[in-house]
Parts: sequence; C-alpha cells; structure tokens
Amino acid sequence: MTIPQESIFKARSLTKVYDMGEVQVQALRGVDFDLYAGEMLVLLGPSGSGKSTLLNILGGLDRATAGTVAYRDLDLSHANEKQLTQYRRRHVGFVFQFYNLIPSLTAKENVAAVTEIAENPYSPEEALKLVGLEDRMNHFPSQLSGGQQQRVAIARAIAKRPAVLLCDEPTGALDSETGVLVLEAIDTVNRTLGTATAVITHNADISRMADRVVHMSNGHVQSVDVNAERRSPRELHW
Amino acid sequence: MRALDRKLFRELLGMKGQALAIAAVVAGGTATYVLSSSTLDTLQGSQARIYREFRFASVFANCKRAPRQLLERIAGIDGVQAVEARVAVPGNLYLPEFPDPVTAQVLSLPDSGQPLLNRLHLRSGRLPEYGRDQEVVLSDGFASAHKVQPGVSFTATVYGRRRKLTVVGIASSPEFIYQLQPGSIIPDFKSYAILWMNREPLEAAFNMKEAFNQISLEVGRGGSPEDVILRLDRLLAPYGGQGAHTRRDQISHRYLSEEFRQLKQMATVFPVIFLAVAAFLLNVVITRLMATQRSQIAILKAFGYTTPAIVIHFLKLAAVIVLIGVGMGIAAGTWMGRGMVTLYMEVYRFPYLDFVLRPGVVAGAAVIALAAAALGAVQAVIQYASEAPAQAMQPASPGLYKPTLLERLGLGRGLTQPTRMIWRNLERRPWKALLSIAGVAASASILVMGGFWGDAVDFMVLFQFQRAQRDDLTVTFIEPISEKALYSLVSLPGVTYIEPMRTVPVQLRNAHRTYRTTLQGLDNGGDLRRLLNTQMAVTELPPEGLVITDYLAGMLAVKPGDRLTVETLEGRKAVVEVPVASLVKEFVGVSAYMERGALNRLLREGNSISGAYMAAERERSAEIHKRLRDMPVIAATSARARILQSFYETMARQMLIFAFFNTILAATIAIGVIYNTARIAFSERSRELASLRVLGYTRGEISYILLGELAILVLAAIPLGLWMGNRLATFMANSMQSDLFRVPSVVTPWSYSFATLIILIAAVLSGASVRRKLDRMDLVEVLKTRE
Ligand SMILES: Nc1ncnc2c1ncn2[C@@H]1O[C@H](COP(=O)(O)OP(=O)(O)OP(=O)(O)O)[C@@H](O)[C@H]1O
Ligand SMILES: [Mg+2]
Repeated sequence: MTIPQESIFKARSLTKVYDMGEVQVQALRGVDFDLYAGEMLVLLGPSGSGKSTLLNILGGLDRATAGTVAYRDLDLSHANEKQLTQYRRRHVGFVFQFYNLIPSLTAKENVAAVTEIAENPYSPEEALKLVGLEDRMNHFPSQLSGGQQQRVAIARAIAKRPAVLLCDEPTGALDSETGVLVLEAIDTVNRTLGTATAVITHNADISRMADRVVHMSNGHVQSVDVNAERRSPRELHW
Repeated sequence: MRALDRKLFRELLGMKGQALAIAAVVAGGTATYVLSSSTLDTLQGSQARIYREFRFASVFANCKRAPRQLLERIAGIDGVQAVEARVAVPGNLYLPEFPDPVTAQVLSLPDSGQPLLNRLHLRSGRLPEYGRDQEVVLSDGFASAHKVQPGVSFTATVYGRRRKLTVVGIASSPEFIYQLQPGSIIPDFKSYAILWMNREPLEAAFNMKEAFNQISLEVGRGGSPEDVILRLDRLLAPYGGQGAHTRRDQISHRYLSEEFRQLKQMATVFPVIFLAVAAFLLNVVITRLMATQRSQIAILKAFGYTTPAIVIHFLKLAAVIVLIGVGMGIAAGTWMGRGMVTLYMEVYRFPYLDFVLRPGVVAGAAVIALAAAALGAVQAVIQYASEAPAQAMQPASPGLYKPTLLERLGLGRGLTQPTRMIWRNLERRPWKALLSIAGVAASASILVMGGFWGDAVDFMVLFQFQRAQRDDLTVTFIEPISEKALYSLVSLPGVTYIEPMRTVPVQLRNAHRTYRTTLQGLDNGGDLRRLLNTQMAVTELPPEGLVITDYLAGMLAVKPGDRLTVETLEGRKAVVEVPVASLVKEFVGVSAYMERGALNRLLREGNSISGAYMAAERERSAEIHKRLRDMPVIAATSARARILQSFYETMARQMLIFAFFNTILAATIAIGVIYNTARIAFSERSRELASLRVLGYTRGEISYILLGELAILVLAAIPLGLWMGNRLATFMANSMQSDLFRVPSVVTPWSYSFATLIILIAAVLSGASVRRKLDRMDLVEVLKTRE
C-alpha cells in the first residue's frame, strides 16, 4: 500500500532534559521524527527510551528543551500555555494506559465533556458506536470493565474529529483479548476517519498493525521500519 | 517504628498547609478555653482573697436614721461576728479642669480610721486623721481617671453644703470592685466618685449626729444570714429600715457574679464549636490521607505490621496536629488572658489581680482537644487500617456515582458536564457536604454574634438615652420639696425646659414575691423622660395605677389588670394596693412609674417633688453647674451627655478588642474548613481535572468544577450561618437577662453583611490558593500514575 507523504508533525533535533537539581536526565537526545497524515504508527522501545516524552511533546503536554517541533503550521516549541490548550482542544486526541475517565459522568457524558467544547464534533452516540459501546452509553465508569473504559476513552479522544490520536500504552493494563478489542477500536478510527495515529507499546507483535514502526532507544530514534502489509488486530497474538 | 515515624514526619510536612489550618482551629478552641478559664480563675481567686483580706461583709442594710446605741443590740444577734455602721450621703464634686459635675457617694469612716468590715486598700497616701475634717480618701478609679494625687484640693457639695476637701489618700474597697453610679450599667470613673471622710464632720453635715444609715455585718461560720437578716430587719424597722440583703444583692458582687457566669459560658460554648469543627476536619483529612495510602498500608501489613500498629501510626499524626494546635492555643490563650486581665483591671477595681493559669486548665485543654481529635480520626483510621491487604492492593475502582435527584426528575437536560460533575460530587457524599456547610455556618454565626454586641449596645443607647431619657441634666433634691422650687431652676440661664419628678423607694409585693425599687412619679406629656412600650412608642401614664417594666412584671408574676401591694419605704409609711395599668420596656434596671399627681395622693404629700429633668444649652453648661452648686437644696446633679460619652468610651474600647479577636477566631474556622475542603477536593480530583486539561479544557474551565463546588458550599452556608448567628445572639441575650439590665437581641444588617464579607474573603483566599495549585498541576505526572 502507498503511504501518504503529507507530514503533519515535523520534529527536528528534538532534545529533552529533565533537570532534577544535581542530576540531569537526557530523555531525548536529538530526535528527528515525522508523522504523516492518516498513517498508523507504532513506537517501540525499551523502558526509559523516551517514547512517552516524545508523545507528550507532540501532544502539547510538555515542552522540548531544544530543537523544533511543529504541528502543520503551528510551532509547538514556541507556543504558550494558552495556545497549547487551544491546540489540544482542536486537534489532538489522547489515550493513556490508565483510562482516566471521569467517575462522576456516564460514558456518554464523558464523551459529551469533549463535544461540548469542540467545533463540529461527532455526537457522543456516534463516537461510542464507533468503538462498539452504543449499548453502554448510560453506564458510569464503575459499571464498566477495564477494556470498556478504555474504549470510552478512545471515543472521548476522537469525538472532536482530531487530526491525530496519540495513545500511550493503551493496552498496558489489559489482558490480550480485551487488548485486541481496544486495538480494533483504534484501528477502526484510523481506517474509517483517517486520523493519524501514534501508538506506544512494549509489544513487538502490535507493531504489525502499523504502517510504520519507529524504534527508539536511549533517547534516539534507532530505526524506522515500513511494514509491507498492515495486519488487522484480530490476527495479532501475544 | 523509626522508619514509620520518619514517614509520619514527611507526611506532615507534605500537608503542612492543611495541618496548620486544622491546628489553627484547634488553637482557636484551646485559646478561648484557656482565656476564659484562666480569666475566671484569676478573677475568682483574687476576689476570694480580697474579700477575705479586706473583710467584705456578708449582710448589708440601709435605713433612714438609726441611733448608734442600736449597734450593741445588732452585734448581739446570733451569728453576727462584726458590725460596721456608717453614714452615706450623696454629693457632688467639682474639679477645676472638668466641666461636668461629678456625682459622689460620701461615706463615713469610724474614728479609728480603718473600718472593721469592707476595709480600704490604700494605694497611696493615708487615711484622714482624727479631727481633720477636710481630709478625704478618694476612690482609685476616679483618681486615676482624673490623675488626682494626694494633696489635691477641690470643692464639693455634700448634702447641699459646699465645702473644700483635700485628698490625703487613694483607695479601693471590696464593696466597690465594680463602681457603679446608680442607674447605670457601666462604670464611669470620670463622673462618679466614692469619698471616705471622718465620721464627725459628715454626721454633722447630714444631721446624723451619733446615728447611721448604712450598716454591714459579718456573719460567722455557724450563723445563718437569713436568720440574721430577719432579726436585723426587725431591729431596723422603726428607723426606716429598708430591708437587709446578702452579698447576692450587693451591686458590685452581683455584677462580678454575672461576669463569672458569662466567662463560664464562654469557656464552654466557643471551645465546643471550635473542637467540633476540628474533629470534622481531622476526619476528612485523615480519611483522604489514608485513602491515598491504601496500597502502602496493605504493603506494610504484608510486611507484618499489625493493624493496631498502623492505627496508632495514623492516630499519632492526628495527635501531632492537635498538640501543635493546643500548644499554639495555650500560648495565645495565656497571652490574651493576660491582656484580658489588664482590661478587667480598668473596669473592675481589684486592688490587685494575680494572673493564674492552673496546670489543670492546660491539661484539660490538651485532653479535650485530643478527645475531639480521636472522635474525628478513629473511625477513618480503623476503617482503612483493618482492610485486608489483598483487597487494599487492588486498584480502587472508580467511585460510585449516580445521576442526581435533579436529573432523575428530568431537570438535568441543559446541564454542562462540568456542572453535572459538581452536583453529582456533592450528592455522592451528602454528609460531608452538610458538615462542611455546618462548619462554615458556625464561623458565620460567630461573626454575627461578634457584631451583635455592638448592635445591642447601640440599640440600648438609642432606646435608653435618645428615646427614653432625653434630659441634659438631672438634679435631685436633698429631700422632697415644694413644686415651687421649679421656678428657680427654670429661671437659670441656659435652662430651656424642665420636668419635675417625684421618687420614692418602695417594696412591691404580689403574694410571696417582692421586689424593692423606686417608684417614680412623672407628668404626662413630658419630653425629657418618656416611657416606651415594646414597640418603642411613647406610653401615657394612666390617671391611677402603676406602669412597670415588663421584666419586673415577669419577676412579680403580674400582668396589666393585676394588683400589687405597694409599701413605701420613706416618709409616711403607706401600704396600699395599686392595680398594674400597663407595662413598659426598659433595658437598664427595673422601675415602677405612676402619674405624679396619683403618687402624691398616695403619699398624701401635696405637690412635692424630689428632683427634676432639665434641658439646657450645651454651651452654657459650665455656668449652669456653677449656679446649681450654690443651691443648698440640691443633693446631686448628673449630666446625661457625660454618662453617654463615657458609656461609649468604655464600651467601644472593649468592643473593638473583642470584635478583633472574634473576627480572627471566626475567620480561622472559615479558612480551616474552606481551605481543607478545597485541598481535599483538589487531591481527590486532580486526576479528573488533569484529564480534562488534556482534552483541551482551559485552566479557568477546570477551576470552575472545583471552585464551583466550593462556591455552592459557601453560598449554602452563609444564610444558614446568619440564621444560626441570630439564634446564638438571642440565646446570649436571653442568658443575660436580669433585673440589673437586659440585652436586646438585635442584629443589624450591617453585622450580617460583615459576617458575609469575612466568609467571602476567607473563601476567596482559600479558592485562590487552590487555583494556584491547579495552575501548577503537572498533567503528565498526574496521569501516568495509577490512582
Ligand atoms: N518528570 C520526569 N522527571 C525526570 N525524569 C523523567 C521524567 N519523566 C521521564 N523521565 C526520564 O526520562 C527518560 C525517558 O522517559 P519516558 O517516560 O519517555 O520513557 P518511556 O520510553 O516512555 O518508558 P516506558 O516504556 O517505561 O514508559 C527516563 O529515563 C525517565 O526516567
Ligand atoms: Mg512511557
């Protein structure tokens, strides 16, 4: 299959140093990275290699120490707090390992929390249908399983029709069967909506559902593989 | 346990803001307890010592004129250990620098100098020497108010006669610890003095050779004051005896007892409120702390720590916070107690006051505060500490929520998600919300009560001095004289208007209930002395019958239409039945009134008057006083403006100090409750709020969720608190009702507004500090950890 070459994220010589007083931790040491429109990308790498740091910078949750990073025309490296909030509000969907749903809101209301502040969003019903949870809309998080909660989190992330979906170990807290359901939801979103998606995982198997696989180690991008064929999550095993 | 202790210490540092807020509330409770207990101990201890040291009498009586030969028979009464008789004469002093007349009570000293009972405590100088007729001892309150030293001379009129007197000593007396001018409730040291002088000149001036009109007795251990009073009354009856009484009805002693009662009340009401709030705060804070440490506790238990060890560990944390508060409270309470005692020294003329802080009070404060802490913390600690480790190590499942009542009723349609979050969160733990509301409301109620004191004083002044007693000057004659005397008064330069009055001491009786007071005869249509009903409207005097203060009616259990037996205690002794025509409202003292003509008919005395109320031009008052001083028929003059001014001066100072501490204490509670509620809400919900930030919510939008919840609690608490404050004020006012004075239970809108303002300021400060935390929240940090 052909890979669309329009790059929506462009990071060059990205460095991140955590200054902890006496010690300085180099989390990123000059990373060049692109994410193309509509692609499914998996980030692989050992623990501490800088995956989350990179994703958080892309998502406007954190700022790089040096280097440049841009989302389309928006220079994220020089954006202020207000611009970053607006950027997240309009363009980015996040999914974390811990679902971080709001316990006092039902599934539908959790999604509505986003659709209320977005321009031209899906309806909460549509978003939940996309992840296969249309029959659980009025359940509170405490009434949902972990996998279901994670799918609500995905619905919540994509309800605003973001240009990119960033997932940090979305299946990290789930067993493999449930994990497959979650990955299917992500896969469906990527295929049907064309949302550029970056998924962090420790699981090499999962990388087979990607268009491209970025290997990170010790703050560097070590290599980038392009998969000849993109597998459906159903076919994965771990 | 060393490692655990280190953990405890770090946790304490980690929550120092909250711990400090709770400690401050505990400190507030401890401080009020220590303050009122130590003040009470100090006052009571000093009172007892002074009474003993200066032989304060136990029975007191007044009569018109009894011969000294009677003293032997009085001393012979069973149980009487000592007798002291004297002559008491009203007078006026004129100080060169002071424009207004000073009302004086002139008392005779025995030939030996120091009386046997109610002995003087000389602060400086000496007692008058025998035969030195012009030498006097002056009460210390007056002396220090006017900076009078021994050696100073001044003019006085004693029983209408002018004379020059020289101060040789300054003294206080156990009889006059509270030096009150009759008809007042606050000492006015500038315009009221007590003078002691030798017996002979005073007896001569007053026409009391070898006679007395006041007597005090000391009843021995075995004697019964009641029996002594019975016998004494019988002995004094032929000499115009006005009925003896015990210390309980001695004015100075009564006011002290009232003060003690109020201090005792303060020693309970305030600490209870504070410690209840502290217990609640400890409960929520410890509950939250343990919820966040659920898995840590499980691991400790898995390592082999026992449940009791863990319970003790967390209780220690509560105990440390409370003990810090107790320490601060004892320090603050002692400091304020010393200040309070100094303040008391200004109003109550104790010869000395030794500040005492009993170890029992300190220990009591600590024990009570620790008990409150235990009450608050134990339930939370045991609940979490006894959870099975396996269960505790599971991640906490998301909290159980349900749609609110409002939504179940179908009214939730238009709500935004953040608003839904606020309501559901409040409804999920209604008790916590209610207790937070109660805490803030308690603080508001204390603030309202602080304002109430000022309001009550203002109202009393308005009522008593601007509506009821409107005269500029009151003169009383040596004895009732013909109405014609009014002409000479009204012709004084500067006197614009005058109203006569007739007063007579009486005993009022209804069956077994009796009360001694003065019966005043007034003219209808007067403008200076008016009687007001409970609606503050002027009441006319009926042509016949009594008008009495409503409180007196209550004491005598009569209502309009009932009859009272009136027994006059002066002049022609008459015992007559008079109907009660109506009731009037008064806040100071209790009196009975009649139309002057009716009173004179009752006394069969023609048109005599005992004094007059006068309106005068303020600018000419010095001249008027000068002329009045030269009129031999005038026993005493008092100036209303002066009384009013000193009332305000004394009150205002005390009020200001009281209001200041009151506001600080109440604000401590408000900040303690609101800040802790906000902090806990922040800690419980930082994860949700961080998620929303990631989803693109702005700082302002997520603040709304947290601060909106606070705002609802505060806004619900304010009206409740204002209402509670009103109830508390009424309770305080009711508990201070006595025949001496009544405190009106009025609270002005200004006091309500002030309370509201302080609560809002506390809320804004607490909110701002949480807002700052929200703004600094590290999103990644919050979201990457498991709850
Ligand atoms: N807030 C922080 N303060 C200090 N150091 C940090 C912080 N966050 C991350 N690091 C360090 O930066 C480096 C990269 O961390 P990062 O979280 O990006 O790794 P990761 O690849 O996501 O690892 P994992 O697979 O375990 O999630 C690590 O060495 C980590 O210790
Ligand atoms: Mg990571």
